[in-house]
Amino acid sequence: MGVKLLLEKANVPGIRSYDVYRREGGYSAAEKALKEMTIESIVEEVKKSGLRGRGGAGFPAGMKWSFIAKPEGVPRHLVCNADESEPGTFKDRYLMEFLPHLLLEGLLISSFALGSNDTYIYIRGEYAWVADILEEAIVEATKNGWLGKNILGTGFDCMIHVHRGAGAYICGEETALIESLEGKRGNPRIKPPFPAIQGLWMRPTVVNNVETLAAVVPIIKMGGDEYAKIGVGRSTGTKLISACGNINKPGVYEIDMTISVEDFIYSDEYCGGIANGKKLKACIPGGSSVPILPANLLLKTAKGETRYMNYESLSDGGFATGSMMGSGGFIILDEDQCIVKNTLTLARFYRHESCGQCSPCREGTGWMEKILQKIESGKGEVSDIDLLWDIQRKIEGNTICPLGDAAAWPVAAAIRHFRDEFEWHIHNRELSQTSNFGLQHYADPIHVPA
Amino acid sequence: MSEQTLFKVTVDNITIEVPAGTTILQAARQIGGTVAPPAMCYYSKLKGSGGKCRTCLVEVSKGSEKDPRPMPKLVASCRTTVMDGMEVKNITSEKVVDARAGVVEFLLLNHPLDCPICDQAGECHLQDLSFEHGKSGTRYEFQRRTFKKHDLGKHIQLHMTRCILCYRCVFTADQLTNKREHGILDRGDHAEIATHIEKSLDNEFIGNVIDVCPVGALTDKTFRFKNRVWFLKPMDAHRDCPTCSGRVTLWNRGDEVYRVTARKDEWGEIEDTPDGKPGWICNTCRFDKKQTTDWVIEGPREISRQSVIAQGHYAGNIGTTKPTETFAAINNGRSPHLLMDIHSESEVNQPNLHLGENQGPSNGATFNNNINNA
Repeated sequence: MGVKLLLEKANVPGIRSYDVYRREGGYSAAEKALKEMTIESIVEEVKKSGLRGRGGAGFPAGMKWSFIAKPEGVPRHLVCNADESEPGTFKDRYLMEFLPHLLLEGLLISSFALGSNDTYIYIRGEYAWVADILEEAIVEATKNGWLGKNILGTGFDCMIHVHRGAGAYICGEETALIESLEGKRGNPRIKPPFPAIQGLWMRPTVVNNVETLAAVVPIIKMGGDEYAKIGVGRSTGTKLISACGNINKPGVYEIDMTISVEDFIYSDEYCGGIANGKKLKACIPGGSSVPILPANLLLKTAKGETRYMNYESLSDGGFATGSMMGSGGFIILDEDQCIVKNTLTLARFYRHESCGQCSPCREGTGWMEKILQKIESGKGEVSDIDLLWDIQRKIEGNTICPLGDAAAWPVAAAIRHFRDEFEWHIHNRELSQTSNFGLQHYADPIHVPA
Repeated sequence: MSEQTLFKVTVDNITIEVPAGTTILQAARQIGGTVAPPAMCYYSKLKGSGGKCRTCLVEVSKGSEKDPRPMPKLVASCRTTVMDGMEVKNITSEKVVDARAGVVEFLLLNHPLDCPICDQAGECHLQDLSFEHGKSGTRYEFQRRTFKKHDLGKHIQLHMTRCILCYRCVFTADQLTNKREHGILDRGDHAEIATHIEKSLDNEFIGNVIDVCPVGALTDKTFRFKNRVWFLKPMDAHRDCPTCSGRVTLWNRGDEVYRVTARKDEWGEIEDTPDGKPGWICNTCRFDKKQTTDWVIEGPREISRQSVIAQGHYAGNIGTTKPTETFAAINNGRSPHLLMDIHSESEVNQPNLHLGENQGPSNGATFNNNINNA
C-alpha cells in the first residue's frame, strides 16, 4: 500500500459532513496554521515541500506564491481552479465530491498565507452537484467559525465563493478563468502581466488547482520537510491519478510517485490490468493534451530504463520518446483501439474548445480535424500526414495560451509514433472502415503476473 | 518631468533608442521599412488591441543587457515591451518567416478571397499580407465556413466570411461609443461578429469600425459597389463639425464625393489631430456629407507610391513624390539589406540549347542539363 495523504479518509462514512470531518482530525492543520504559524512560515513550508502544481504544468506552488505582488492597500485574491475539463481527468471532482472540507481547509490556509479575504472556487458548470456539495460545506464551515469574519480570533477574514463556469474548457486556463470570473468572455489574456501582478480585477491573484490546494493541508500537518521525503527527486508528495480506458479498475488512485508505470497498470491495487485479457497498445499518461505513447515506450524509456509514475520519468526523452505527467488523466488504449479515430476525437475536442482569439489555433484546429476526419473516413492521401505534421508545427508555440500546444501535441505524437497506422488507413481505404490496424509491432512487453 | 529612460534595441541589426515601455513593434515602426512586422489586429489607438493575429511574431535572440538569454518562443511584437540591449530578429529569422507564412495561410484558410467584388480591395491589409508572405496555392481542400447573415443597419455592411476576428471593431465600439451593441458570438472557428439581438448599429461614432477593419468585413453601405478605390482621388478636407474633429479624407471622382473616411497614416491607422487626439470622425461626416460644398478642401492626400491607389490619379501622380536621393545616401552609406545582384547574367538567360529543338515543353530540368553539358 502506498502512502495516502489526500484520500486517507475518503472512505470514512459521512466524511462529506463537517462533524465527521472534524472528528477525524479535520481543520487541525488550519488551526495550527492560523494560530501557531506566520504567513512567511506557511509559504516557507510549502516551498520546502517541493509541491508542484497539480493542474498540468507542474510549476512549483511555493514559488508561484512568492511571486504575488503585495502593493499597499490593494486586496489580493486566491482562486481555486476547479474547471477540470481535460478529457480523461476527473481527480478534482472526486476530491471535491467526497472531501469538500479538505479543499476548504486547504483554501483557508492558503488564503491566510496569501492574504486573500475573498477566495473563489471557479467550478466547471457540468459539476453542478459538486458545486452544491461545496456550497453546503461552506455554509457548515461558516457556521462553525472556520470562514467569515475574525476566524479563530486571529482577526483574519476570509470568505469562499463558489462560481460556476458555463462549461468551456478554455476557462481552465488561468487568465481565461479570471476573465470569466470577472463576467467577461473567457478569452485568455496576453501575458505579461501575469496574474500574480494583475489578475482578478487587476489585483494580484494566485490561481491554483484543487489538488494543489488540498495538498497544503498534509504539508502543514506533517511539515514541508516530511512531505518532501515522500516521492522521488523533484516529484514530491502524492499525486492523484484518474485512470480510465480499457482497464479492469478505472478510478481515482493516490500514488506516491515511486511506483513504476507497469506496476500501476497491472497491479491489483491500482488499475488491475488491461480489461478482457487484451493487450496494451498505447497510453495517454497525463490527460488528453499530452503526447500519446506506444506500449514499448510507456513501460520503458528509450534508454531501456523502467518508467515511473512521476514528473521526471514520464517526460524522460522529451517529446521524441517521452510524454508528460500533465494533470494525471491516465488513459489506456488496448489493441482494439484505432489511433486515427482517437486522434480525431481529440482534434474535434480542441477544435470545439478553441476560443477563436488567435488565428493559428482558431483555424489550425479546425483544419486538423477535417484532415483527420478525411483519413478516418477512408478518403485520405499520404500527403495529408505531412500536411498534418506541418499544421501542428505551425500552431505549436505560436499561440497566446497553451491550448494551441495542447491541440498540436496529441496529433504530433500520434504521427510520430503511429505513422504506419495512418499509412495503413490511407492505403487500405475499405478495409480500414471495417477492421482495425491492431497491434502490429507495438510491442506489448508480455506481462508475467508476479 | 524627469528625463525619460532610453532603451537601446536592435531590430534586424539596426539599432535604435526608444523610451522605456515602447513595444517592439513601435520601435520597429520607428525604423520603418521591411523591418516593421505586419500587424492585422494591433491598432495603436485602441487600448488592449493586439496579440491575437500572430502575424507580428518576432524572435528575441537576446533578452536584454542584464539577462541575455533568448526568449524560448516567438513573441508577439505588438504586446512585448523592449528591454535595454534587446536584440530582435524579424525578417532575418527563418523561424519568423516560417511562422508568419503559417499564420498567413491560417488567416486565408476560410477567407473567401472575393477581392474582385470586395470594396476593401486595394486598401486591404490581408491582401498586402498575403501578397508579401503568402503562397499562390492553397493546401485547404474543404468547404470554407459560412455564416447566417446579420443586418447591422443602414450604414454598415457586415461580410462575416471575410472577417479575421481581429477584435478591432469590438475595441472601437467599446472605447468610442457609449453602449457597445456588437461583439463576438460563439467561439473557435465558428466565432462571429454580430449583434446579440438583431439590432442596427446607429451610434454616432460607430462608423469608425469601417476604418479600423483590416479586411472587407465591415464596409460602408453608402459606398458599396459604387467604385474601386484606385479610381478615386483622395483629398484632405475638413468641415466645422460639432461632434468630431471634422478632419477627413474625401474620395472623389470628378466633382462627386464617393466616400468619406478618416485620415490614415502609413500603417493604416487613424492620424492624430493637431491637438494630439485620435482623429475619429462621426457618422454625419462619414455618411451624410457627400457634397464637395460641404467641405473645405485642403489638397490632395499623399499616398504611398507602392499603393495601387496612387496609380489611378487623374493628373499624373498627384501628391506623390519621387525620391531623388540614392538608397545609400539616406541610410548612412549602408546598402539595402536584401540586395540582390541583378547584374550578373544568369546562365538561364543564355542557353546553349536551342529551345526550338527541345521536344515538348521546357522546364527546369532542361536548363539544368544545359548547364551541366556546357
